[in-house]
Amino acid sequence: MELLSDLWSELVQVLGALVGAIPVIVGYVLLILLCMVIWRAVKRGMTPRRDFGSLKTVTFGDESAVNSNFAASVISVVLIFVLWGAFTGSRLLPGFLHVPGAFIGEGSFTYTAESEDGATDDATVQVIVHAMGEDVDAAEIAAGDGFARDDVLVVAAYRSQLLSWDDNDEITRDDGARVIAVNGAPIAEGAPINVGFADVSLTGRGTLNVTPSKGWQMEPIWLPPPENVWTRLVEIATNGFRNSSLAEHLSYSLFRVVVGFVLGAMVGIPLGYAMGLSNWFRGWFDPIVEFMRPVPPLALIPLVIIWAGIGEVGKVILLFLAALWIMAIGARSGVSGVRISKVHAAYSLGSSKWQIMRHVIVPNSLPEIFTAARVAMGVCWGTVVAAELVAAEKGVGMMIMTASKFQNTDVVIMGIILIGIIGFAIDMFMRWMERVLVPWKGKG
Amino acid sequence: MSGLHIENISMRFDLPGGGSVQALKDVSLEIAEGEILSVLGPSGCGKTTLLNIVAGFLAPTEGQVRMKGHTVTGPDAERGMVFQQGALFEWMNVRENVGFGPRMAGKRPSEYRENVDHLLDVVGLRDFKEKAIYELSGGMQQRVALARCLANDPDVILMDEPLGALDALTREKMQGLVLKLWKETGKTIILITHSVEEALLLGERLIVMAPRPGRIHKEYRLPFADMGVNADLREVKKHPDFNATREEILSMIWDMEEEIMGRQEAV
Repeated sequence: MELLSDLWSELVQVLGALVGAIPVIVGYVLLILLCMVIWRAVKRGMTPRRDFGSLKTVTFGDESAVNSNFAASVISVVLIFVLWGAFTGSRLLPGFLHVPGAFIGEGSFTYTAESEDGATDDATVQVIVHAMGEDVDAAEIAAGDGFARDDVLVVAAYRSQLLSWDDNDEITRDDGARVIAVNGAPIAEGAPINVGFADVSLTGRGTLNVTPSKGWQMEPIWLPPPENVWTRLVEIATNGFRNSSLAEHLSYSLFRVVVGFVLGAMVGIPLGYAMGLSNWFRGWFDPIVEFMRPVPPLALIPLVIIWAGIGEVGKVILLFLAALWIMAIGARSGVSGVRISKVHAAYSLGSSKWQIMRHVIVPNSLPEIFTAARVAMGVCWGTVVAAELVAAEKGVGMMIMTASKFQNTDVVIMGIILIGIIGFAIDMFMRWMERVLVPWKGKG
Repeated sequence: MSGLHIENISMRFDLPGGGSVQALKDVSLEIAEGEILSVLGPSGCGKTTLLNIVAGFLAPTEGQVRMKGHTVTGPDAERGMVFQQGALFEWMNVRENVGFGPRMAGKRPSEYRENVDHLLDVVGLRDFKEKAIYELSGGMQQRVALARCLANDPDVILMDEPLGALDALTREKMQGLVLKLWKETGKTIILITHSVEEALLLGERLIVMAPRPGRIHKEYRLPFADMGVNADLREVKKHPDFNATREEILSMIWDMEEEIMGRQEAV
């Protein structure tokens, strides 16, 4: 029962987060729709097309009439970068596209102090907000008159700063003085007052806490602007990361994937053939394969680390296991999927068993094997990154994990983009191989 | 002793739920060398089972098939087969498909290439020799299947509804081609078909089979195949005997179908 209520509150939290994201999602969708409307208007102005597709009157529900709109794809990608730049104040974007950023510059507000005997006095606080990482000296200012003296406060953007307003005052908190108003508005604990460029709140001990407004932009530590990621990429590509060059990190990851996949295929394909051709082999391996297939390779990481350590052997074993079952099942269904009329035809044309194997069963299973290989390469790539996150000395997964420990968000984002690009490239490569080697796929 | 001898074949399949089905009962046939025989019957009469037994894909529960003095125990290059569809190898082009039999026999490409090209000319695929199988239409694919079978030079050609998946016009052209090839090569051909017209046009002899258990119901000797070799097939169809025989066989098959339906309703 307690578990159920715990899970329920977790669910409420998740749904709450989703609801909170709705305005952002709606804004994004509206932006895309706006682009679509503009694009359609522009296109209508251009020469109308006269191909068969444009003459169809029934297009809704006709799958063949729907193909990916190139303009939409371009807009989609560009928009992601524009939004990224807009919310990080990227220098690559013209300033008017930026969402309001954190306040940087000088501002001032006044506070009203009241002494124990009821006398009040105003003092001006000059606040200098500087960008993170810059050093700014507080300017000397005239103290002003009255028992409350003017102050200067230096604070970094996205941070807040306590103002001990009475440090230079004639009557201090110890004497019973307290702040009763900011910019003329009465202030109480827990009710901050907006002074335009910042929020000023009263702490429990009577000091003022100044929080310059953060705007809508992301702090670089959460999301660095695109150009920072790019410069970090260039820097790591030239100087390396953690004693290894970027090429080394990537090569190690790819090396593990390729070796693990090739070994898995070398064992898995013959195993699948044996399972497809022999009752005994089918019975022998069916329980093993059917059990191991649904076990996510990631669940094997702890065991592999215990058995083989965190070196290359452990990684390759893991990827071997990840590829093995997928390839075995692919080869098995490739063999089982051969049309009996093809085998009969080959026998009637005088083939021996070996020739049937070599000239009918193997080529007939290639499309299935390629499908399995594409899946296996994808799974291996995901698994290697995860395994490197857990423990590795080199590799792209290790790179982003180490970077995240040091809050190097730019390296993390760069790594994620590289992982995505490489995964995509692997898939493209496998598709190309498929087109070249099994052009008859799906046309039987 | 040449030709093909089907001697007292019976075939019984055990059903998974117990019991069995008598697919063929005591079927005997003599097929002379160079004869073209068409086999007709309602569905479930065991005609494909019979062909599979002759091809050697199935072993009969009783009886035997003898050819050239030996008993058939399995598939062999002496008995070629043309399937309804889907038996071509997509990973080979047209020429490689046709050359498959000689290649399996261990011949070098230089030895059989000329014959393969000749056969492709005969079946009218002169310009499609390098094409992939999936680039051809259904009719062209069946031409390739015919050529592939002929390239292996079998003594008997077994055809399991080879034209069944083709449209009417293509089918008529292909019927002419089958007759032409039969006359030119002198092969023994057993042709299984659903179509009464096709059975009449292509068979020197016609077997009508009856179902449950599958058996030979009636046998005809027909002149139309010989006529069709030299004449337009559509002229042959206008022959008064052709129409009369067709009507007779059609009503025979109708009666059988009715009987099956009646029996099922009684159950």
